[in-house]
Amino acid sequence: MLETKTLKEVLDLLESGEITLAEVHKDLHTAISEKNDSLNVYLTVNNAEASPSTAALKGIPIAVKDNYCTKGIRTTASSTVLDTFIPQYDSTVIAKLKAAGGSVLGKTNLDAWAHGSSTETSQYGRTLNPRNPEHLPGGSSGGSAAAVAADMAIAALGTETAGSIRQPAAWCGIVGLKPTYGRCSRYGVVPMASSTDSPGPMTKTVEDAAILLTHIAGHDKYDGTTGDQPVPDFTKAIDKPIKGMKIGYVYHDIEGLEDGNKILAEQLKTFEKLGATVEKVDALDPHYAISVYTVVQRGEVSSNLGRFDGIRYGNDRSHFGDEAKRRIMLGTYTLSKGYADQYYNTAQKVRSLYIKDYEELFKKFDVLVSLTSPGYAKKVGATDGAAMFGELEDMLLEPSSLSGLPGINVPCYRDEETNLFLGMNIVAPMWQEEKMIQVADAFEKATPWNTWRNRK
Amino acid sequence: MSTITPQQVKHIANLANIPVTEGEVTDLADAFEETLDVVANLQSVDTSKVEPTHQVTGLENVLREDVVDEAHMFTQAEALANAKETHEGFIVVPIIIDQE
Repeated sequence: MLETKTLKEVLDLLESGEITLAEVHKDLHTAISEKNDSLNVYLTVNNAEASPSTAALKGIPIAVKDNYCTKGIRTTASSTVLDTFIPQYDSTVIAKLKAAGGSVLGKTNLDAWAHGSSTETSQYGRTLNPRNPEHLPGGSSGGSAAAVAADMAIAALGTETAGSIRQPAAWCGIVGLKPTYGRCSRYGVVPMASSTDSPGPMTKTVEDAAILLTHIAGHDKYDGTTGDQPVPDFTKAIDKPIKGMKIGYVYHDIEGLEDGNKILAEQLKTFEKLGATVEKVDALDPHYAISVYTVVQRGEVSSNLGRFDGIRYGNDRSHFGDEAKRRIMLGTYTLSKGYADQYYNTAQKVRSLYIKDYEELFKKFDVLVSLTSPGYAKKVGATDGAAMFGELEDMLLEPSSLSGLPGINVPCYRDEETNLFLGMNIVAPMWQEEKMIQVADAFEKATPWNTWRNRK
Repeated sequence: MSTITPQQVKHIANLANIPVTEGEVTDLADAFEETLDVVANLQSVDTSKVEPTHQVTGLENVLREDVVDEAHMFTQAEALANAKETHEGFIVVPIIIDQE
């Protein structure tokens, strides 16, 4: 039953010698073989026995989204274009994970090329939500979220461009942390929108996310967009009182979010009980961010996916699925002569307005909170014929992603009838992940919504 | 309402080197129109006094020394490992020069 433990618990048990790494390996692989056929979480499982390590992560196998290049292990980005691609090198985050004593448990399903918020666009079939298999896990890191929620992994890695870590974390009732842009290297991650792509941890608890982030973050000479800011030990933000902190509550009056906001407003009282202040505050309307993100992302996709020509690796461009075709071609259109100013340049200007808006908000508040997703996990098949599905689901996350800010999802409610979760998104100023970790950890420990902390 | 013609879709498909069927052209035109209608609200924002943001953390002109990084080199076998077609240690590429 070691697969049901948190990363911190497994580390402590290995440290004390109560368990061995071989037992962890065995329990994880048993869980995967029992559940993977029905949930379709892993595209590739690494059966190689994990080697014990004296480094911080002690050899523990971690689930990895299938858009991180992993040396010798097939990497598809859930597209048949890369059906047979075996990377000859590790992405920097995976190299750091291994250097810290972690290993690769397997490669998890995603929306093809990470284009989506459902995992339904995967060319290897959709993943189901382990909390309620009639529903979707969200995406694009839906496989990693499901692996954690189903106890088919101790912890996982995802990537986010605008919601792809936090939204599936919300839908699967787990923790998902999207770091500051440039905190974790993009080198060796199949690119989507290079100006916002951010690797990050997806875990059972906030503390586990802090542990993993500490090991995968840092400047990388192979990614010129990583920052050289020092990487703190993020676990120092755990168990830190939040008394006196100022929390701004944004997107509290958006039309259509009344039900979710009613629940969130009730949950925010926890912060007041812990001595923080919560104040409703108006932020720039996130509806514009849908447009900014759509234009910026499609543009960057059309350029980034130009490299997939089936010559040095992979299959040719006829293998792209419908969603990738739509995005590549729309980006080609909006960047083409005569349209670039109307679309791309205007979008990048509105992006500046969001950055300015956050600058003002953070003069007054330590962190900002909102719903993560407009509602609970949608039903299987919900993306059929909905060209803008992901963008609408990720509306509340797009402003912070476009601004490069860090954010974390923590479960903030569970519906008893459906066993589905609502998530709270906590956003902090750039390079200040500690603040949101501190607030998220305090909330997690003061409320009953974390499945692993409050096991019966 | 944005209007995208089948000819425009075919032109874009050609620019993006994406093979599309006649049936896909219609679906793509519809999807483009739906998306362009959503993003039309950008035009209603006053951006006259703002500069565009291309890099959010403020980095500029990140350079490195132009030196060989041996830890970071493929062997010939590694470089060829994923190529569909190789010939005597080279990757075979399609002919793109007009032969007539």
